Amino acid sequence: MQQQFKLEKKELQSFGRYSSAFLSAVFMGVGQLFNGQWLKGIFLILLNTFVIIPNLPVLLQNFKGLITLGEIPMEDHSLFMMIYGIISVILALLILFIYIANIRDAYKNGLIKDKGGKTKGFKGALRDMMDSGFPYLILLPGFICIIFFTLLPMVFNILIAFTNYDLYHSPPKHILKYVGLKNFFDVLTTTTWARTFKNVLIWTIIWSVLATLTTYALGGFVAVLLNNPRIKFRKIIRTLLILPYAIPSFISILIWKGMLNTHFGVINKILTSVFSIQNIPWFENAHYTKVAIVLVNLWLGFPYSMMLITGILQGLPNDVYEAATVDGANGLQKFRYITLPLVLFAIAPLLIMSFAYNFNNFNIIYLLNNGNPPIFGYQGGAGGTDILISWVYKLTFEKLKFNYAAAMSLIIFILIVGFSVYNFTRTKSYKEEEMLR
Amino acid sequence: MKSSHSLREGIKLLFTYFFILIMLIIVLFPVVWTFVSSLNPGQSLYSSELSLIPKDITWNHYKKLFKETDFGIWYKNTIKVAFASSAVTVILVTLTAYAFSRQRFAGRKQSLVAMLVLQMFPGIMNMVAIYVLLNLIGLLDTHLGLVLVYAGGAIPYNTWLMKGYMDGIPKSLEEAALIDGAGNWTTMWKIILPLTLPMTSVIAIFSFVAPFGDFLFARLVLTTPTKWTLAVGLNDFISGKFDKNYTQFAAGSLLAALPVTILYLSMQNLLIGGLTKGSVKG
Repeated sequence: MQQQFKLEKKELQSFGRYSSAFLSAVFMGVGQLFNGQWLKGIFLILLNTFVIIPNLPVLLQNFKGLITLGEIPMEDHSLFMMIYGIISVILALLILFIYIANIRDAYKNGLIKDKGGKTKGFKGALRDMMDSGFPYLILLPGFICIIFFTLLPMVFNILIAFTNYDLYHSPPKHILKYVGLKNFFDVLTTTTWARTFKNVLIWTIIWSVLATLTTYALGGFVAVLLNNPRIKFRKIIRTLLILPYAIPSFISILIWKGMLNTHFGVINKILTSVFSIQNIPWFENAHYTKVAIVLVNLWLGFPYSMMLITGILQGLPNDVYEAATVDGANGLQKFRYITLPLVLFAIAPLLIMSFAYNFNNFNIIYLLNNGNPPIFGYQGGAGGTDILISWVYKLTFEKLKFNYAAAMSLIIFILIVGFSVYNFTRTKSYKEEEMLR
Repeated sequence: MKSSHSLREGIKLLFTYFFILIMLIIVLFPVVWTFVSSLNPGQSLYSSELSLIPKDITWNHYKKLFKETDFGIWYKNTIKVAFASSAVTVILVTLTAYAFSRQRFAGRKQSLVAMLVLQMFPGIMNMVAIYVLLNLIGLLDTHLGLVLVYAGGAIPYNTWLMKGYMDGIPKSLEEAALIDGAGNWTTMWKIILPLTLPMTSVIAIFSFVAPFGDFLFARLVLTTPTKWTLAVGLNDFISGKFDKNYTQFAAGSLLAALPVTILYLSMQNLLIGGLTKGSVKG
């Protein structure tokens, strides 16, 4: 106790740590020199003089570009300026991080010297950096990839939602302008747009619920049937049933598109010759198209849930069933009171994940019938079976209403993040995360 | 009592077999139908008769695929892109997940949540930005650009998958290694990574398969027909003219689906294990 007190008192007598932190704050690396760490100090000074400072005007220029989005049409390209601006913001944050780390380093080493200790030489510092910097080092490649191909596009998309970027205002011929919340108001309050948005949203939700429930119901049913050890060739049957999952869905959807063709498709031929049902307009009537989409999705999707539920069934504890048999429960009772609750408990988070997935299940909607048939009075090219995400795609690549598409995708994003985060905080991976702390 | 019980069991079993039979027919029908169509000498959708055994069988469509179209080149491109994006994804995901699972550093929690949110942003909405970005750095219409797009999109989700799996490996293992004087790199390469091999293979397979099924990004990035992947090429066969090239499409789609299907079916136990065990989904 006494010892420690003395040490703290001694510490107070010299203030080298403050001077070195101050010097490093004024100019990167000077504080390190002050601490006697020559190589590190010189390296930081060189980095600051020849890399960071000469580029600061460029960064400022790009910030300005991000705010104004250019001034002269044909010369300034608003989209490029936006991308450069976002990259510059990210770089500026990185420089800030290095700068703060430099001040903290100067303070830390100053403290060691104040305590009468000896600062490490360059080699020691390098070894230290390799140690504490190890996680950052291995994160670097992944983060660079994420920053450029996920983070940057996302920020770009968010910014576009607040501009007037569409067919009539497209760079480089025009300079983009920020328009505030106008796009959101247009989409959500203009009567025809609001009506389209409402109907598309309702179908999106109905579709997500139907797609999730049908695939899990059928998948679960088949899994339970096949769990009966008296069935022969179970392994081969399972393998054959997994086939729709194993074929790339892009291909099988197009195959179904051909088979469902109203005039020449094999499905209608079978229906005509076997059940004498005349040609069903699978792709011309929105109701039939919706039925077709749900059924094709069932074909595509049930193997996945079958596999998952088979895995859960095989992991169920045996002793519970033995206890139930001793208590005189029959097969149905065992299923109703043991299997069903346990399986439902295990798949509850999966159901929500699946709902979120189907909410943005672009492929089947777009590839099967392009979201069509068209509906009279719908805005922005939306068809009778379009879900939000496929409508966004059409707005972007067919109608070139980039601003509305971006605004809408932001709305979708907020909806998805809302219930996904709620769901995710309850999964195993996240809970284990909590336990580690 | 005994006999009625076994009778009920028998009926149940019979029903089960009947139901499974119907399921098998429904599952296999499109595949068989496509195969039959691909052997049909005609070209169009409606020339295919309603019989499972066509009168004339021809392998012409398969020959024509390689002789008269760029199908062979597309096949090669797809395999090239698939291998590259699988390798890049696995390396980046393993490193990132290792840092999150086994290391403690400033900003760890925040980055994890950020990755979680990022992977929820649908890829389709990134298309415009990715196009502009690739244009800017000159990677438009290159396979490298496409590989980076696939890998970049796959990292956040798969990192969570891998991190969940790594969290299950006991900490005592690397503590022992560190006491024995092993450095960070050695511990990672020699101790932890070999144990993650099952999940590594799952991620490798998933990211290998992705280029076979994606045509949106491939079509966005690749414009020259000789650089296309299978999905873009196949879509081109039938875009808007189903009645013209259907048999050709049938042959091509079977060949395109073959490697992926075999891979999935032969690895099904591994994939199911990967999906149910360490996964974010469970």
